[in-house]
Amino acid sequence: MSDTHVHTLVEEPKPVLRERPVEPTEDSLDLPFEPMELKMGPSHPATHGTVRILLKLDGERIVEAEVEVGYLHRGFEKECESGLYYQAFPYTDRLNYVSPIINNVGYALACEKLFGIDVPERCKWLRVIASEVSRMSDHFTCLGACSLELGAFTAFLYGVEAREHLWDLHDALCGARVTTNYVRIGGVSMDVGPEFRALAKEKLAAAGKLQQDMEDLLLSNPIFLGRMEGTGLMGRSELVALGVTGPLLRAAGIPYDVRRAQPYLTYDRVDFDIPVGEAGDNLDRFLVRIEELKQSRRIIEQCVDAMPTGPVDVNDPHIRLAGKGRVFNRMEEMITQFKLVTEGPKPPVGEVYQAVEGGNGELGFYLVSDGTGKPYKCRPRSPSFANTQALSPMIEGSMLADVIPTFDMINMIGGECDR
Amino acid sequence: MSEAENATEPADAVLQPASPVLRDLLARFAGHVLAVNEYRGEATAIVDRAGLLDVCRHLRDDPACAFDMLVDLTAVDYLGRRPRFETVCHLLSLDRNDRIRIKVPLEEDDLVVPSLVPLWSGANWLEREAFDMYGVRFEGHPQLKRIYLYEQFEGHPLRKDYPKEKRQPLIGPGAVHRDPMNDDLTR
Repeated sequence: MSDTHVHTLVEEPKPVLRERPVEPTEDSLDLPFEPMELKMGPSHPATHGTVRILLKLDGERIVEAEVEVGYLHRGFEKECESGLYYQAFPYTDRLNYVSPIINNVGYALACEKLFGIDVPERCKWLRVIASEVSRMSDHFTCLGACSLELGAFTAFLYGVEAREHLWDLHDALCGARVTTNYVRIGGVSMDVGPEFRALAKEKLAAAGKLQQDMEDLLLSNPIFLGRMEGTGLMGRSELVALGVTGPLLRAAGIPYDVRRAQPYLTYDRVDFDIPVGEAGDNLDRFLVRIEELKQSRRIIEQCVDAMPTGPVDVNDPHIRLAGKGRVFNRMEEMITQFKLVTEGPKPPVGEVYQAVEGGNGELGFYLVSDGTGKPYKCRPRSPSFANTQALSPMIEGSMLADVIPTFDMINMIGGECDR
Repeated sequence: MSEAENATEPADAVLQPASPVLRDLLARFAGHVLAVNEYRGEATAIVDRAGLLDVCRHLRDDPACAFDMLVDLTAVDYLGRRPRFETVCHLLSLDRNDRIRIKVPLEEDDLVVPSLVPLWSGANWLEREAFDMYGVRFEGHPQLKRIYLYEQFEGHPLRKDYPKEKRQPLIGPGAVHRDPMNDDLTR
């Protein structure tokens, strides 16, 4: 495996197309100046996400921006604290509902760290495949929605069609397309058959072709490039101080990826590159996501070839349910299953934080256990929350039209941001 | 909760932790670092509120620590224990690829902690969320107000004594919506 090879997408830093003063000065204005207030959202046709942006405008230039989130707050933490550990999985699907399995995996890994258990080899490979399929569907949705909101409808349809192929793979893995609920503490809900390998290759090839079509359509389109290039810029130190991670951070040239920095599952055994940009504008963010799609495809192709056969669940009746054949015919297993379902597995007292690389950056789970079957605290560190916070400094001083590509590339997912 | 208490009580402190950052903190801020522990390979330091800013500034600026990113900040309510609350922040060093957890115990009747916004601008929303959900006041925060819930919401829902079934809907003809741009109330 190539260690920390950095793939550079752009040769030279991109010039900023437009000079824009941050604050309008007395001299720059001929007429008396009074900022106009504009409330963008929470249901705006050109943003995919329920968020309200309060803008103060001087003409079309943004003087001040305030972002209001919380429209999708459903009390994730409160719900998790009142249920058993395994009952939180369906809620994690609905954090980032565009890449549900990554959330499942992140939560399961945090639980397993708390319980102090390790899952079988095949399970690890399956989880990597599932995570990368989810990441691809996340990126396709982001890129497609971005092109739609910048007026490129055809490219959006290509993106959504490609996502359909990936959701077929979700379907093959767990029988559901969107709300997957695939991963379990100490395993996954079901294994795949030998036909999965051919299906994965077929679907990935189809998605790859659509991705190429999207790329061809958009990256030769002067309107698209004009809206993306040089917009949404932010300095590296500011991005880091704001806690921005994922494609946004990598587009600015910082190659931080949890899969490489703190490898989990089998990411240290597959070969992939971390694409980075240079200027850190919206176009770089777009290109980084395009390249990550190719890398995810590379990872899945390696996984389906390298995946060993064997069990997918830990062999521990106090963590994972024993097979139905044993439960229906033997007293001991019957009692264990009853206890496991009603009381749930009980971890030792302690607290853990486990991070995985989500579609939009570092997705972490902070769990506090008091020794009972319910998590005392279950907190997701959602990348969208940190990234959305960076929106207002990114757009202040720029043109009103730049809000759309910048918001698209931040890719705020309401469920994850508002929890 | 008696077992959970032990997990974070100073009595459980490791005297010679494996993490060099924790050893450094113990040596430098002996009066302010109440305890350190390592669990499942994760370093945790429990710091008193008076020393929080100094400890965090050191962790950010010292090249041997270089924790340049505040990954997460939240609070935990240990109802029935004293001190009842704890704020928890997770720091990450991109250069050193290291993590640390800093916890600050807080009494219920004096739920104030210095804001980390001067050190990491990303603390802004995270602290607003902790205020919204637990009622922790962050001293020095530029604009401490609710982030997810509405202004008129009563109580802090993630506190353990807030019933999960309680409903406070903001609907119907009587609901008063505050216009966030103008301070006057509009119907």
